[in-house]
Amino acid sequence: MYDSGKIIPGLIIFVLLITFPIWYNHGDAGEVPKTEMPKYNRLCVLPLEEIRPNHMKMLNQWRDEVLRDEDRSFIAVEGKMYQKSLQNTCMECHVSKKKFCDECHTYAAVTPYCWDCHLAPVE
Amino acid sequence: MDKQRREFLKIAGISTLAGLGAPAVVDRLVSGTTPLTAAASAEKGSSGHGAMETPAGHGQEAVPTGKQYGMVIDVRKFIAQRGLAEECIRACNQVHNIPQFPDRKDEIKWIWLTGYENAFPDNSHHHLNEEMERNQVLVLCNHCANPPCVRACPTKATFKDKHGVVAMDYHRCIGCRFCMAACPYGSRSFNWLDPRDPKGGLDVKNINRLFPTRMRGVVEKCNFCVERLGRGEQPACVAAASRSQGMFFGDLNDPNSEIRQVLKQNYTVQRKPSLGTKPSVFYII
Repeated sequence: MYDSGKIIPGLIIFVLLITFPIWYNHGDAGEVPKTEMPKYNRLCVLPLEEIRPNHMKMLNQWRDEVLRDEDRSFIAVEGKMYQKSLQNTCMECHVSKKKFCDECHTYAAVTPYCWDCHLAPVE
Repeated sequence: MDKQRREFLKIAGISTLAGLGAPAVVDRLVSGTTPLTAAASAEKGSSGHGAMETPAGHGQEAVPTGKQYGMVIDVRKFIAQRGLAEECIRACNQVHNIPQFPDRKDEIKWIWLTGYENAFPDNSHHHLNEEMERNQVLVLCNHCANPPCVRACPTKATFKDKHGVVAMDYHRCIGCRFCMAACPYGSRSFNWLDPRDPKGGLDVKNINRLFPTRMRGVVEKCNFCVERLGRGEQPACVAAASRSQGMFFGDLNDPNSEIRQVLKQNYTVQRKPSLGTKPSVFYII
């Protein structure tokens, strides 16, 4: 190979440069957001270990049941009735979109489009 | 060489015939019938079910089943009481956070007023009475029993729900506007702008916080207030006109409902019934 003395180090430098974000952040997950419980009501429609990883699935299911099947039945949690609604139920307790939605969503780099239509609580 | 070609053509011809004929033979062997018995059984079947399976296009139409919410609008009441129609429109706009864009091409309409000849082009003529010529008619989505918009929608974002309401799932709408082209009543509006755009006049302080807005790029329409019906309330416009009895709402398929009694006692018209969409909104003129 001609000029291998220049090409091979050049290639090595190039690979190192474009993989920079991978090896620079390796083993570091960034600062994990601190979760906080709502102040007024400690009761959720699902237990913590289910709601945290699966809330998006539950919201999709609620949406389909309410919108498609006209099943607007209430959810009873320890004698209290809850409407199947993100805007009118979840956000009643989780009063801040910034704190209860955005913090984790930003950390996980997900951008759900909920708030394009639904109204977030006034903060 | 010639002989080989001749052999090849023979084999090719026979195997083609076998390939075409085999499925028929296999089918017959599997079902265990000869063509004669098959024809006989088909005839028996058709005589048994024929009467029931006749398509609804001719003769007696099948009786609709399930719920079909509908509305009767008494135009006389709206003419008698000035401002009532505007009150209904305002009630709807407030409940559903409908923006009011100044430019008519951005307009979002759920329930609105239009001239008689626009609402009922089938029934309009030169010698209309003065009252109708001067006044306008309230129009909204007809929640057709046979909705063309639902057939046009490629994503099933708009659909007929189990109460007969032509509903929208804005999560699924891709904004292709096929439904707008399909709707013969102009009951659908496209969000060219973000409804929360300050130009839309949605006052963030007075917005109905129990109901969402829509987003830019989706088609929206009257939802017959399904969210209110779910709570056992009347649609917002019907509630606004309830004191004057200008509107009636109920299940068209329930012979004992109030709306059916109103329909029985009054001569009513529908908008463009000749199109076969079976509108669920009726007018007492």
